[in-house]
Amino acid sequence: MSHTITAEPEEKQSSHTRRMTLNMGPQHPSTHGVLRVVLELDGESIFKATPDIGFLHTGIEKQCEALNWHQVITLTDRVDYLANLSNNLCYSLAVEKLLQMEIPPKAQYLRVLLAELTRINSHLVWLGTHALDIGAMTVFFLCFREREDILRLFEMFSGQRLMTSYIRIGGLALEPPRGWEKRVKTFIDGLPSKIDEYESLLNTNPIWLKRTKGVGKISVEEMLEIGLTGPCIRGAGIPFDARKMTPYSSYEKFQFEVPTSTDNDVYARYECRVREMRESAKIVQQAMAGMPEGPVQADAPKAVLPERERMKTQMESLIYHFKIVTEGISVPVGEVFQVVESPRGELGYYVVSDGTAKPLRVHMRTPSFGNLQGLPNMIESRGIADSIAIMGSLDFVLGDCDR
Amino acid sequence: MLPENLLDPSLVLNTSTALDELTLEIVPEKILEALRALKAQKFERFVSVTAVDRYPMEPRFEVVYHMQSVARNLRVRLKCRVTGDNPKIASATVVYAAANWYEREAFDLFGIDFEGHPNLTRIMMPDFWQGHPLRRDYPVHGHKYDYKSE
Repeated sequence: MSHTITAEPEEKQSSHTRRMTLNMGPQHPSTHGVLRVVLELDGESIFKATPDIGFLHTGIEKQCEALNWHQVITLTDRVDYLANLSNNLCYSLAVEKLLQMEIPPKAQYLRVLLAELTRINSHLVWLGTHALDIGAMTVFFLCFREREDILRLFEMFSGQRLMTSYIRIGGLALEPPRGWEKRVKTFIDGLPSKIDEYESLLNTNPIWLKRTKGVGKISVEEMLEIGLTGPCIRGAGIPFDARKMTPYSSYEKFQFEVPTSTDNDVYARYECRVREMRESAKIVQQAMAGMPEGPVQADAPKAVLPERERMKTQMESLIYHFKIVTEGISVPVGEVFQVVESPRGELGYYVVSDGTAKPLRVHMRTPSFGNLQGLPNMIESRGIADSIAIMGSLDFVLGDCDR
Repeated sequence: MLPENLLDPSLVLNTSTALDELTLEIVPEKILEALRALKAQKFERFVSVTAVDRYPMEPRFEVVYHMQSVARNLRVRLKCRVTGDNPKIASATVVYAAANWYEREAFDLFGIDFEGHPNLTRIMMPDFWQGHPLRRDYPVHGHKYDYKSE
């Protein structure tokens, strides 16, 4: 977060007649949160762009060190508020790796299902707002209509629409509610036709095509160098996806493609994300069809809270419950870097334990932070209007970036 | 799974594999050589750099680099220990451009000086902030902030 802007050196300015500094954000609607970009303009085109982040810095990493291992889950929801379950999952996987805990297959499948619903949810919000930025308003209403269905599903599972905290260390917070299969099935079977509807509004829309095709191109080498991940790099033709490269939570058992495109522009990223939604729907259907039977929590009484009913009737469970709540769990000394594929790209949690009831360090390698670093390379030497389309295509969430 | 002889032995203080993850402890003065050597071995992605505060142990800070090779599907973690008194290490920005913001973040929140960084300023906290919040001796609660006198 910077308060002073240093002007360009004199000799650089002298070659041009007049250059204007424009402050975009932190409250600009197209920055989707509180991002400030200081643009140096040469007429209508951007000469230099300096992103300024930190307005939403809430010290989550610091807070993690003050809470016990189970409590941190609630903070991971708030990192990326559009992909809360991906963050829950990544943190849980990291701690489970340190605990060397085996997760029952039903919990793994439900985690995959929920993570994919999260991906669809996030992509719907992205598509709606991105189209709205570019001027296609109807798509926004349609996307939010379907997003509402997903939020209702999340509410059904966890009691919360956004801050679900449903994926916990050792499995899931609760048994899934009665009748969830029917609700998820109704939604997911209807989704492909809804996606057709969005595509019918955009794929032949001349304004949409003019504003997205050929915009925001940078070379693949540059993308890797700056550290872009997710649909941005897949839009450049690299099938870089943690679900395929280092499968977690039994993703290796699912059949799906990693959509890529070689155009490397805003349209390619749109194409990748829309196709990803279709793939996610397929994964959800496979998870429903192959859902194993069994418990949704690992059998590890020292680390996982006992079931409510058992806690009230069995003394042993009551003791464990009391100890976990008052003392917390102790995680073996060690460190782990767990990566999952969040809707925005590579999400990594670096968790260090010193054997006590609280983490020594939780570092979040968030995709928005990495992707936003590439913004200047993409928008410099382009027009202001293009910068809106390019920012939209990066799909950042400032909570995820600033933490 | 991982080739343990990625780097020249003179750069490495300690090699360990725990939970399927390879960690190399590097001589802090030779971090750039290590990063260049990894880049030459197709570790094209710089994932992140952060720090761990081991207060009150000395050397206090661990600067932790995560690297990935997309072509070879490998990940490696590099670690350098730096002292708590005036902590500094060479900036990785000359090797990987992606290190820029991560180093600014580690500077802002831990106070580690990355020498040779093009723009080592605060990124998360305001410019006038005193102290480095992620240090273990920085309080979680109780910091007074007077918005009016800004």
